[in-house]
Amino acid sequence: MVDQSSQQPAAAKEDDAGYWSKNIRIITWCLVIWAVVSFGFGIVLRPMLSGIAVGGTDLGFWFAQQGSILVFLALIFFYAWRMNKLDREYGVEEE
Amino acid sequence: MDQFTLNLLFVGASFALYIGIAVWARAGSTSEFYAAGRGVHPVTNGMATAADWMSAASFISMAGLIAFTGYDNSSFLMGWTGGYVLLALLLAPYLRKFGKFTVSEFIGDRFYSPTARLVAVICLLTASITYVIGQMQGVGIAFGRFLEIDTTWGLLIGSCVVFAYAVFGGMKGVTYTQVAQYCVLITAYTIPAVFISLQLTGTPIPALGLFGEHTASGEPLLQKLDQIVRDLGFAEYTAAHGSTINMVLFTLSLMIGTAGLPHVIMRFFTVPKVSDARWSAGWTLVFIALLYLTAPAVGAMARLNISELMWPNGTNGEAVSVEAIENDAEYAWMATWQKTGLLDWEDKNGDGKIQYYNDANADLQEKAAANGWEGNELTNFNRDILVLANPEIASLPGWVIGLVAAGGLAAALSTAAGLLLAISSAVSHDLLKGQLTPNMSEKSELLAARISMAAAIVVAVLLGLNPPGFAAQTVALAFGLAAASIFPALMMGIFSTRINNAGAVAGMLAGLVVTLLYIFLHKGWFFIPDTNMFTDADPLLGPIKSTSFGAIGAAVNFAVAYVVAGMTKETPQHIKDLVESVRIPRGAGAAVDGH
Repeated sequence: MVDQSSQQPAAAKEDDAGYWSKNIRIITWCLVIWAVVSFGFGIVLRPMLSGIAVGGTDLGFWFAQQGSILVFLALIFFYAWRMNKLDREYGVEEE
Repeated sequence: MDQFTLNLLFVGASFALYIGIAVWARAGSTSEFYAAGRGVHPVTNGMATAADWMSAASFISMAGLIAFTGYDNSSFLMGWTGGYVLLALLLAPYLRKFGKFTVSEFIGDRFYSPTARLVAVICLLTASITYVIGQMQGVGIAFGRFLEIDTTWGLLIGSCVVFAYAVFGGMKGVTYTQVAQYCVLITAYTIPAVFISLQLTGTPIPALGLFGEHTASGEPLLQKLDQIVRDLGFAEYTAAHGSTINMVLFTLSLMIGTAGLPHVIMRFFTVPKVSDARWSAGWTLVFIALLYLTAPAVGAMARLNISELMWPNGTNGEAVSVEAIENDAEYAWMATWQKTGLLDWEDKNGDGKIQYYNDANADLQEKAAANGWEGNELTNFNRDILVLANPEIASLPGWVIGLVAAGGLAAALSTAAGLLLAISSAVSHDLLKGQLTPNMSEKSELLAARISMAAAIVVAVLLGLNPPGFAAQTVALAFGLAAASIFPALMMGIFSTRINNAGAVAGMLAGLVVTLLYIFLHKGWFFIPDTNMFTDADPLLGPIKSTSFGAIGAAVNFAVAYVVAGMTKETPQHIKDLVESVRIPRGAGAAVDGH
């Protein structure tokens, strides 16, 4: 096991809580986008997007077979970049 | 040189490469056997994880399923990539910070209970063995084709190769071999797709060709395809036909399952730092996306090519003649695939032509009666052969066909090896050393690991002889099981301090049992044919097929865990501190081998 947090002063603990709630907020937003492009545009909302033509079919089909994968990639790299920045802001990065 | 020799040459050369690497990086200690000493760069790790992940299901089976159903099987594409978002955001960095070797170790420590660890091992074994069945199916098809024998023999020969290969090296051998396998499989998948995309659309990038123009007709490719399949009485390619609820649940099951599969999660224990675990998930998805963006193009273009081969004079002209199938070079692939028992045709009305159409469609029955057709004459076209047959269908040069055979085997082998490693570590490390015989020596632990690999292969072969579906569907069942049992326990372990030992154990058991029950009710008890009470065409619960039930199992898991945790003793303080520490990257040392 790895932790020394029980020996840390109270201020550090509060900082950790702030770090965690920021993290949760970032995760929530990323997952909202994740769900909207795949379950939303790709499946449930597809009939609403049927008017937008993309290469012989509609935008919903594109999201289901291609678009959502590209958005997933962007989300993961964004999260990695954002969290590594957040680690440094709160000084919780690894030595 | 004939095609058979060429295939042997390509497959032989790729095997020599993998074995060479395995010998060069042979595992010495148990820690190397499982986790490669943690010295693996995120990009390397991403590439190896991608090879580990993309199995026979992705390489051999998926594009075929998409080809024959179109939009409705988009779930595979979204599900098997979207899971990486969950993995990267919800699990990977925290499990790396925790710093142990296996998933069940985390569950055992976080829920301070050997019982929880044991239940986790059972869940892992159930999901992994189901997964191996799907891989063995793919191995059987690939070996059957390139040795030109029946798939049953292909399966038996293939399983010996997989066993020899997995026993040889541990994770380190596997990591570098998997990098090589990734290179082989992605080249093998991309090259024929590029050729075919150029033939049909003039675009060298298949993902763009899919939404591009069909040069021969001047229409958009997908529009042309829709028209052809409609003419033959099949469901329109780009339209939705199944239930929306089922599609959402199926996609969700595949996503959650991805984030709950032990052999993928284990990968994130092998990166040096927490920040690397985040990047590593991204790199893995980059390498996976290279195949997944090509796969729907492969499916659509192959469907178009097959339809045009069967109706060389257009859907309103004459069908292909038996004589052409038997003699023309263009159709030589049909005779070779007939030998595997996965493709067959029969001139039912004796007119010397093979009419391929949907004989269940009422409109087509009228047309058939008018033309003297007596049913669809392409009597068997197993969807799992599509990708392997694809270069032959498109009349590509012989070396491309050999390359694809090598690629398909690389995909099946790498995943089978990774899964066997996860199974053997669960048995030897978690079950024997962790619970039953803690004083076991390193040497006997390695021996136990190898014996459990052998046992897992035997079970997988026996069940693989009568598989519960096409390879990708069998694999989808494994994802449902992982989704219902492992993922919720890991997520609650990190994101909630409220869930205690009793809650986690009850949740995992409830999730696993309901999902397994639902699958067995539809697919037969222990996948034994004809013991099922329901079918996926008419499922027990409304539109929910057995492959989609994982998401419901996961919901049951979460709900039961919360209710039971609320009624039992609160999580002790030192465990709450452990959870707090897992949440921040600071202080993540090298992982330790704890028992």
